[in-house]
Amino acid sequence: MIEEIDKRIIRELQGDISLEKRPFAVIAGRIGISEEEVLKRTGSYLDKGYMRKFGAILLHREAGFKANGMGVWDVPAGDVQRVGEIMASFSEVSHCYERPSFDDWPYNLFTMIHSENEDGCHEIAERISRATGIKRYKLLFSTKEFKKTSMEYF
Amino acid sequence: MNQSKIENNLDSLDKKILNRIQTGFPVEERPFLAIGNELGIEEEEALKRVIRLKKDGIIRRIGASFDSRRLGFDSTLVAMKVPEERVDEVVLLINGYKEVTHNYLRDNDYNIWFTLIAPSGERIKEIIEEISSKSRISEIRNLPTTRFFKVNVDFNFRDDGD
Repeated sequence: MIEEIDKRIIRELQGDISLEKRPFAVIAGRIGISEEEVLKRTGSYLDKGYMRKFGAILLHREAGFKANGMGVWDVPAGDVQRVGEIMASFSEVSHCYERPSFDDWPYNLFTMIHSENEDGCHEIAERISRATGIKRYKLLFSTKEFKKTSMEYF
Repeated sequence: MNQSKIENNLDSLDKKILNRIQTGFPVEERPFLAIGNELGIEEEEALKRVIRLKKDGIIRRIGASFDSRRLGFDSTLVAMKVPEERVDEVVLLINGYKEVTHNYLRDNDYNIWFTLIAPSGERIKEIIEEISSKSRISEIRNLPTTRFFKVNVDFNFRDDGD
């Protein structure tokens, strides 16, 4: 159960911590509870799976991932589990999901592929294609970033 | 994964710190002391380096990555076919929603791709319908995850021991 106090802590944690020796004390001060309480509850969010992680988010473009290609794959419904597991095993693939397909959009498996440049992404996609036997796919590159924010939940 | 350019500007200790704090920043009273103890450096040095990596833009933020579903939220990916001459106007409409967290132009017929996080699936449908009717564009596809295989955005910095 998420209580009011949790919402206030989550509101702080979804942002950026202060770079000081005791960042959780800063959060505690803003909310008006003890540092111990902030630490206890923050730890519990990890245990309960509310948080996937508490850590540093890096700027990937700056960190050397210059090209990010969204691979979209047309996979027969009965083959999705096998293919999805193979795709997920590639270290160059950061995300792998199944999504619905439509008449004008047959691609039901999505992978985010990272490499130094677009050619590198194509080369990885070809390897994935060979490993899975899925031949109908596209690689969509982002040509412009219009928005990139962290969700503000509460 | 190639990350040569940035690696050239990071020394071995920077990489160790980045590897350590991206998988998990210590949730304790003095996290930089904990990092320092693990890596054999002073608390001050750990803090100073993290401040520099943040200032240099290598660290975007240090905080929580929540699992929206576990918090009771719903999320989706939306693809939309927007005529080139209307992209700016439609992007303004889409980005006006605080529930839209990412929005990209991609080289495809479906050229606008954005992610939505909202307290319910109903709210997500409502937003998509609103965007569709306000923009008078019916080619808009709701693509929620139906099966999950992987999410791992961590980035392993090789330590060449320089």
